[in-house]
Amino acid sequence: MLLFKSKNGKKEQGKLAIPEGLWIKCPSCSEIIYKKELERNLEVCPKCNYHFRINADRRIDIIFDEGSFKRLFEDIMPQDLLDFTDTKKYKDRLKEDSKKTGLTDAVISGEGTIDKIRVAATLFDFNFMGGSMGRVVGEKIAKTFEYAIQKKLPVIIFSSSGGARMQEGIFSLMQMAKTVAFVSEFKKVSLPYISVVTDPTTGGVSASFASLGDVIIAEPKALIGFAGPRVIEKTIHQSLPEGFQRSEYLLEHGMIDMIVERKDIKNTLKNLLLLLVNE
Amino acid sequence: MALQYLDFEKPIIELDQKIEELKTFNLSGITNVDDEIKNLEAKRDKLIKDIFKNIGNWQITQLSRHPLRPYTLDYIELITENFIELHGDRLFMDDKAVVGGFCFIKDSSGGYRQRVLIVGHQKGRNTKDKMCRNFGMPHPEGYRKAQRLFKLAEKYSIPIVTLIDTPGAYPGLGAEERGQSEAIAKTIYTLLDVKVPVLSIIIGEGGSGGALAFGVGNKVLMLEYSVYSVISPEGCASILYKDVSKTEEASNSLKLTAKDLYGLKVIDGIIPEPLGGAHKNKVLASDNIRKAIIENLGYLKKYDGETLRNDRIRKFTEY
Repeated sequence: MLLFKSKNGKKEQGKLAIPEGLWIKCPSCSEIIYKKELERNLEVCPKCNYHFRINADRRIDIIFDEGSFKRLFEDIMPQDLLDFTDTKKYKDRLKEDSKKTGLTDAVISGEGTIDKIRVAATLFDFNFMGGSMGRVVGEKIAKTFEYAIQKKLPVIIFSSSGGARMQEGIFSLMQMAKTVAFVSEFKKVSLPYISVVTDPTTGGVSASFASLGDVIIAEPKALIGFAGPRVIEKTIHQSLPEGFQRSEYLLEHGMIDMIVERKDIKNTLKNLLLLLVNE
Repeated sequence: MALQYLDFEKPIIELDQKIEELKTFNLSGITNVDDEIKNLEAKRDKLIKDIFKNIGNWQITQLSRHPLRPYTLDYIELITENFIELHGDRLFMDDKAVVGGFCFIKDSSGGYRQRVLIVGHQKGRNTKDKMCRNFGMPHPEGYRKAQRLFKLAEKYSIPIVTLIDTPGAYPGLGAEERGQSEAIAKTIYTLLDVKVPVLSIIIGEGGSGGALAFGVGNKVLMLEYSVYSVISPEGCASILYKDVSKTEEASNSLKLTAKDLYGLKVIDGIIPEPLGGAHKNKVLASDNIRKAIIENLGYLKKYDGETLRNDRIRKFTEY
């Protein structure tokens, strides 16, 4: 019986093949975990507590009351305004990632309840072009805030993004301004905007709305920063300290409010909302 | 000062040298060669015009980084009176990659003097100066100093002019440790929110989030040979094309010039530069900027603070 299969189906020599089937190897502690068990444990390694990256749909399952999440603004589709081509056409990249993820772009927005408390939310999916922020992402975040202002709901944004989507050039940069403008508009209604940052949150996402939450919550050991660690290493010509730009480092330096494990996030959000939402 | 030429300007060198030689010769007073100098200068100017008519995005990127290009403090010196620089973020240190202060904009008519706050990125000219200015790449402190000054300008109802010229915010250990992301995000937030007119002018390199932090004005203008982009052509070539030799191609794809961005309706206007670029005639370049500031603030000042704030929010929610 074939228990271990590498990703591309070929046997890799000299190192343990990464299984695709029933078992999965923890990238942090190398423990071989039964996939079903990993799922039961919310994609967190039972041995070392490593939080695997999860897609937006899975996060909806974990955070929102069952069946409560309604997707919104699904008709906003990406456009290739610059007719951008690098090693591939941007249009083709969009098609490929759409096929791969079943999404139209890198976020899902909507409304749902957390322990019966209604919230508007946007969730990033890192599998769609690295969760990069282009016009669709910016627009859906904008609409989320707009919707929340109308319906008087709190906003939660779950980020996981490499930053701005370079294929949309200057328009991706402008999404930083656009999303911040909506954070600013949102203060009209005295409701909480909670930013949940997960692995990884960098670049234009980190340097805009994600850092402006009334409360900022991070998952353990998530990479959070403006510049990527490789860029920094190349710039300063020295290796970076252990744990640099990880959640624990950010907490210590006063950049986030708390680190919450995946299994506890729903409860923490509920408690925060109970305290901060004035009925 | 030694003249510096970019690759595509090489054909101009020969004529420039001849003109210089003749000028030296003229000083000796033996023969009058004024006419010939004039001829050559006309010829050279035509050559420059021809070359500049056809320059592409990569050449414009090079011009935007030209070592002789005027920087923020050069413009401040030429277009303002009574400039008083203010320092420090009151939290950690004074970041010299960002300069800011209050001043009057010179007005040739001698009439009303326009008070402004100018905040801009500052690059250095020689090695020591470049290090001191960190090549125009701010740390969080630079952005926090800017926020402090924006708030002061709001307190005194003084319009804000930002001059943008940075390769980007500094990617360093200390910068991350002290919250580069938060500093940039909060600066965008603050500049969008202040209840005074805001005019943003890209004078050289408009590099990514580090530039955008100062770029959310009611009006956004670019000097003719400046660039504004989410990533440098080099970065784009290396990350997306996986081939650093594709830099020129990347500069075209990114549509980063003033002309490109005006066409895409991302900026509101282009400030013309003197023949051959701002560094060829700083006085003329400065005067064009000065006029643009007077004109645009004259227009924006008609509106009250709340309207101006809402106008910026509306403007940037449209992208």
